[in-house]
Amino acid sequence: MKQLLTAEQVEKAINRLYKAVAAQLPPEAPVAIVGVRTRGETLAARLVERLRKTREVSHGILDITFYRDDLSRRRGAPLVRATEIDFDLDDAYVLLVDDVLQTGRSVRAALDALHDFGRARVIRLAVLIDRGGRELPIAADFVGHRLLVGSGERIQVKLKENDGEEGVFLIPAKG
Amino acid sequence: MAKKASSSSPRKAEPPPAGADAKPFVWRRKDLLGLDELSAEEIVHILDTAESFKEVSTRSIKKVPALRGKVVALMFFEDSTRTRMSFELAASRLSADTILFTAKGSSVAKGETTLDTVRNIEAMGVDIFVVRHGQSGSPHMLARQVRASIVNAGDGQHEHPTQALLDIFTIRQKLSRVAGLKVAIVGDIAHSRVARSNILGLRKLGAEVVVVGPPTLVPSAITAMGCSVSHSLDDVLAEVDVVNMLRIQFERFSSSLFPSVREYHNLYGLTAARLARAKKDLLVMHPGPINRGVELTSEVADGPNSCILQQVTNGLAVRMAVLYLVSQGSE
Repeated sequence: MKQLLTAEQVEKAINRLYKAVAAQLPPEAPVAIVGVRTRGETLAARLVERLRKTREVSHGILDITFYRDDLSRRRGAPLVRATEIDFDLDDAYVLLVDDVLQTGRSVRAALDALHDFGRARVIRLAVLIDRGGRELPIAADFVGHRLLVGSGERIQVKLKENDGEEGVFLIPAKG
Repeated sequence: MAKKASSSSPRKAEPPPAGADAKPFVWRRKDLLGLDELSAEEIVHILDTAESFKEVSTRSIKKVPALRGKVVALMFFEDSTRTRMSFELAASRLSADTILFTAKGSSVAKGETTLDTVRNIEAMGVDIFVVRHGQSGSPHMLARQVRASIVNAGDGQHEHPTQALLDIFTIRQKLSRVAGLKVAIVGDIAHSRVARSNILGLRKLGAEVVVVGPPTLVPSAITAMGCSVSHSLDDVLAEVDVVNMLRIQFERFSSSLFPSVREYHNLYGLTAARLARAKKDLLVMHPGPINRGVELTSEVADGPNSCILQQVTNGLAVRMAVLYLVSQGSE
């Protein structure tokens, strides 16, 4: 597994993300930071911790499994975990947080899922890594780091809370 | 357990997995026929998935698109109201379309076999069959013959897996564990698929089970399933954590198995006086429908130890989990 970003580079990218996000938050409207399970949830938690030093923000977690467009292809079911959004989304400024943006399909699913909880005033998208390869007309509003990776290759973000280490890695294409 | 955090701060991310590359468990089965063939790990996976589905029922829009475009056929060769409604609502919360078949006034009355009936309905494009049948083993027979998923909603005197799963789910929710608990199942054990599935599931998850009832209704061979037998509720009540009071089927009173309702109630009915001798936080369960004044008195059924209505609520989440999981399975 080749390392693309070191722990320090990840930290810098998260910093960049935090600063860009913080600068754009509307001062008046209610703000909700919603992380997409699993790594997006961790990133959202880190952003929330820093943002709460200066202002009030709600914090939610989204599991998008049921909203995926490839759900009808049978291939076994890993454990689905609960979505936790126990605040009012109506008229809120919602920041959706995910680790990697590639095809845009996860974001599409997340937008559908959010829609079932209410009508947000604005939804913005923050991702740690934009690696290109979009299949849907979706773009991130805030990006921590851009990488160009071949479409056959997978990249994996590792975070301390989930993986015990920090970095971005390239997983070579199979066979 | 998926517990809602206070105010707007959800729980922290999961700790790093123990094994460096430990593969998370993945559900593979296309059918749910009984708890007999499931491993403890598979049972826990269903319960954990149901935890996640509980949240869906708390939303203002109580629906997820997990089974959008799928068809669930509810095949009730034998009558049922609550199981059918529970499955029906579970399927609609997953955005599936449902069609209902009941034996009364149908092709079965005209002499069609079970297999032909199911094959004909499958030809309309059905993805999941939920089957309730008077004949033990019919869901297993169907699972071998059709491509669609089969979910057993009660077959003869064999198994009723989703009822046992919702019972175990409720025990786990109320007492925070299953392993090490002592559970009494009281009533007509001999004819009860609910009892059989409960014994199987509870034993696999490490609980101790004692079945209680008159000798005419408790086959002695039941101990082969890993449970013990008692003919006196008073003997076991003080030491158990859970009692599951099975429904007495009144049609059996005409037979010689039951001398009288009053005698049954005196010996095996759960009353306030009996409850006073049990553990303070004894969990009282009943698969419904209740015969008030027979299996338990109204005071007990509506009292603080009873979780009968939570069982019904949890049944919905468990059935959503089962429908979702079998729709993802391929084996």
